[in-house]
Amino acid sequence: MDKNYACYLCKGCGLGEALDFEALEEALEDSDISEVKDHEALCSPEGVALIQADIDGGVNAVLIGACSARVKTDEFTFGKEVLVERVPLREQGLWCSEAEYEDEEEAGEDRQMLADDYLRMHAAKLGKAEIGEPFQLEEDVEKGVMVVGGGVAGINAALAAAKAGAPVCLVEKEDALGGYLGKMAKLGPQSPPYQELQDTGLEELVAEVEAADNIKVFTGATVEKTEGAPGNFSVTLSNGESFRAGAIVQATGWNPYEAEKLADELAYGTSDKIVSNVQFEEKAKAGDLGGINGVAFIQCAGSRDENHLPYCSAVCCLVSLKQAMYVKEANPEAAVYVIYKDIRTPGQSEEVYRQAQELGVVFIRRGEDYPAISGSGPFAIETQDVTLNDTVEIEDLDMVVLATGMVPNNPSVVEPPLVALGMDQDEAAKLAEEAKAASDDWSVLNLEYRQGPNLPTLKYGYPDSHFICFPYETRRTGIYAAGAVRRPMRVTQATEDATGAALKAMQSTRAAEAGVAVHPRSGDDTFPDFFMQRCTQCKRCTEECPFGAINEDAEANPLPNPTRCRRCGVCMGACPERIISFTDYSVDMIGSMIKSIEVPDEDEEKPRVIVLACENDALPAIDLAAKNGAKWSPYVRFIPLRCLGSLNLVWIADALASGIDGILLFGCKRGDDYQCHFIKGSELANVRMSKISETLDRLVLESDRVRVEEIGFGEVDKIPGILDEFMETMEEVGPNPYKGF
Amino acid sequence: MGQAILVVGGGMSGVSAALEAAEAGYDVVLVEKNPYLGGRVAQLHQYFPKLCPPYCGLEINFKRIKSNPRIQVITMAEVTAIEGEPGAYKATVSQAPRYVNEKCTACGLCSEAVEATVPNPFNYGLDEIKAAYLPHEMAYPFRYVIDGSIVEGDQGAKAKEACPYDAVDLEDQGSETVIEAAAVVWAAGWSPYGPAKIEYYNFAANPNLISNVQMERLAAKGGPTEGKIQRPGDGAEPKNVAFIQCAGSRDVNHLPFCSTVCCLASLKQATYVREQLPGAEVTIYFIDIRAMDRNEDFYSQVKADEKINFVKSKIGLIESDGEGNLILEGEDTTSGERFKAEHDLVVLATGMQPNTDLTKIPADMVYDEYGFVQAAEGIFGAGTVRRPSEVHVSVQDGTGAALKAIQLVAGR
Repeated sequence: MDKNYACYLCKGCGLGEALDFEALEEALEDSDISEVKDHEALCSPEGVALIQADIDGGVNAVLIGACSARVKTDEFTFGKEVLVERVPLREQGLWCSEAEYEDEEEAGEDRQMLADDYLRMHAAKLGKAEIGEPFQLEEDVEKGVMVVGGGVAGINAALAAAKAGAPVCLVEKEDALGGYLGKMAKLGPQSPPYQELQDTGLEELVAEVEAADNIKVFTGATVEKTEGAPGNFSVTLSNGESFRAGAIVQATGWNPYEAEKLADELAYGTSDKIVSNVQFEEKAKAGDLGGINGVAFIQCAGSRDENHLPYCSAVCCLVSLKQAMYVKEANPEAAVYVIYKDIRTPGQSEEVYRQAQELGVVFIRRGEDYPAISGSGPFAIETQDVTLNDTVEIEDLDMVVLATGMVPNNPSVVEPPLVALGMDQDEAAKLAEEAKAASDDWSVLNLEYRQGPNLPTLKYGYPDSHFICFPYETRRTGIYAAGAVRRPMRVTQATEDATGAALKAMQSTRAAEAGVAVHPRSGDDTFPDFFMQRCTQCKRCTEECPFGAINEDAEANPLPNPTRCRRCGVCMGACPERIISFTDYSVDMIGSMIKSIEVPDEDEEKPRVIVLACENDALPAIDLAAKNGAKWSPYVRFIPLRCLGSLNLVWIADALASGIDGILLFGCKRGDDYQCHFIKGSELANVRMSKISETLDRLVLESDRVRVEEIGFGEVDKIPGILDEFMETMEEVGPNPYKGF
Repeated sequence: MGQAILVVGGGMSGVSAALEAAEAGYDVVLVEKNPYLGGRVAQLHQYFPKLCPPYCGLEINFKRIKSNPRIQVITMAEVTAIEGEPGAYKATVSQAPRYVNEKCTACGLCSEAVEATVPNPFNYGLDEIKAAYLPHEMAYPFRYVIDGSIVEGDQGAKAKEACPYDAVDLEDQGSETVIEAAAVVWAAGWSPYGPAKIEYYNFAANPNLISNVQMERLAAKGGPTEGKIQRPGDGAEPKNVAFIQCAGSRDVNHLPFCSTVCCLASLKQATYVREQLPGAEVTIYFIDIRAMDRNEDFYSQVKADEKINFVKSKIGLIESDGEGNLILEGEDTTSGERFKAEHDLVVLATGMQPNTDLTKIPADMVYDEYGFVQAAEGIFGAGTVRRPSEVHVSVQDGTGAALKAIQLVAGR
């Protein structure tokens, strides 16, 4: 694009008094920006009008030296045809840089150098940025949604999407829709006053599906192959049918925890009257509960047990209460016992617990030990009763029901540890092989993805990635999990969950059509562009992409799928040849920012430190610390990164070569409880840095000069301390010997 | 805007509903009663089970809102009337005066100029805040508020005089506007059940007896003590902290239902205490510990801490020992014995009362006997107005409600 630059500097919020604006203008002398204006309050209607008038006159690349890009976004947005680069003079220049000085003049000088640098850095970035065209698939974007799984979640997802206008292909492996809902006799109480059993409603749901003219149902079929990307998936089914889908909802439900595994603890298999809750439900549905005079339900049969399922399946207490109600309805005189660890009836379902007590169900709280079941029918049970602090015996039980838990019907994936660049290839291959062996070897979606056919999973095989804040997000764009496959949940919750998942699916086809990113960079219309002539087929990008966006051809060339991409820039950081760029974010842009920092001579004793900081967590935390009045060295310059995982090692070399004394990397929390919105960014940066000390040694530089820190909103108060301490380290190691070269 | 979706409530469910609808291509008006978005989660120190800061996710959501021109946010406003039918509603939005307009740069000069203070609602009244204030450090919108109490008089004048940007508007009368919308998502959230209503706990008489929501603010860096867990009564470091579960919950005289999150909230708060005060003992008095699904792992982890004790008991009485400590009386249902236990800080795990129990939706709606909204056509409840729920369920439910609303728009 032909750029017509202008720079606008704000004198508000104390900037006018603190900075020399002529000097700021001079700082831009070597840039392409010759038009520099200032205003007393740039965000005021008059200030914005000043900028808008110039834009109307042809300016299309605007550098705004004012406050952080996180604030005043409405004021400083000028449409898609105008590049805007914000320089956070207030937060990262003024607010944080009033550390104690004896000499006022020196303080002013240091602050001015800081502001000058920020202006140069962001001008350099603006100089390299372009406005690009959003990515467009070659094919027409398919707006239809494939729903895999025809149980309660799948049916509801299909209906929800169809009602909002999206065509749906619903794939169910059994011959009929319904899943476990079809095996249920009744639902527990779901609506006020939460005391009556209810019909499952399955027939109505199926009738609705059949009546919908934009839902195509494939029963008795599984997915053989899913190729492509959001907006353009090609699906082949086991029955030979094929179709396109724009997005996918995986609602494959759950499997009962195998009661056979409880043979030792709970005598399962010794009698057909010791049954799982699923089997009991089948009997209820078959009308086969006659003649029960005594029954015991044993809760947490294998659940909350580290030898079986360590988690709680969330529904079993309510299932047993419902089944107890079946028995009481058939025979009010029947003795019904529930032997439990904790009764878990959340929300209004507490009423169901109350109702069961009203009906005379006896609740016995056991400890960790399983009750001992004896006899071959009738049975006796001996169990701890922690309420009575005694052992109690129950006799004359016609049946014993084991409340077994729910296992997600999704293959569990173990990922190999992240591999540092330069690691022994055989060793890497061995790790990959071990991970594969530890993963389940079946698939639901059979994705034709370079990173494997399945959704990456968290603990226990759940395919979600941020289960608190963004529960629908899997690590494969355009594919959303719904219902018990992503978390144990009840029928009503699965119904609601499916509705939300349908919306996420529809959103992603819309994003594919517009050529923009989905969560978390929703609406971002840039995408990674690969300069293939210089690719060395090293596979770093295809292996490291957290979202499996990049496939590979037979020669190991990367085959990007921009509609799968979340725009984190991890591939850009991974690439040793630096061939991956976005129009507004590239290795060259960040490198140019670093190189535009003016490094004072060694004898001035003014070290320079850069902080490459994740813009999602670390940078807002820095803004917040500054707003709170924290102060730190004016020798520190922050550079925002889309994700610390987009860190390219060449920046470290660039910085050290240009005389920067120290480099801090601020990313978010790593590990099992990671906070990274791009899953592995922070971890990847850390792995890449593990190799940096060798490089530093080679350059005869101290490895203390580079450090990775986990910084997020939880560490706001620690930021000044970390920076102070790092500055002390810089003093100890002395100036970068490459200064002035 | 006749085809817009009106979302009432800017907490987790409302923000999710608004964003998910807008990102699917629909226009949204988001109305929030507070001067900021984020609702109750903005007041939490950490989420269970990951012990991560809520602002990590909120920041992304706010960024999504800022970059999406389809969402119009109206803060300090309530919907006072809804007329019409599914597909064609007219809602009256009454906005209270903020006395600070959009020219505010959040520079803070007004706050510096004002001496008057008011109880800080963000910290549940545990401290006072200047009467010209930023609602909290991460507030979005990032704009100050002037408390109505100082508008007339010298304090208001001082604030106005201090502002170089003409952002203080003492003449602000608020506004009343009518918004046309095809569908409404009602995500007005919840209020903590008032601990003073539980008479036998003598809440008002005991400064060292606090509620769980107050505990969040005590642990938060932006809270009244800058994150230091201390006794409100005397500022002392607690050594022996008690959590009382189901304080007013699962109790037909108070909230008969289970609020779903309080067990996990107390487990989480126990970790706050243990991390900050390694010498302190914690006792959790409970009926059932309800740590559903993968949260069970978190329970296991907390249980492994030898200084966190679990006692199955319903505490029936709390009295002061006269010197700031609290005497709890209850029955240990494990041993069957009545006991008395002394603690120096006691946290009541009070439940979630749906805001629709306190203020009804101004339309013909059906509620259960606790005030939770039931399914309806055109006006969709979302989040904790439908059931007590965790954060992820609020997100899920807000997303689902958004699609139900979209169906009405798309169907036209």
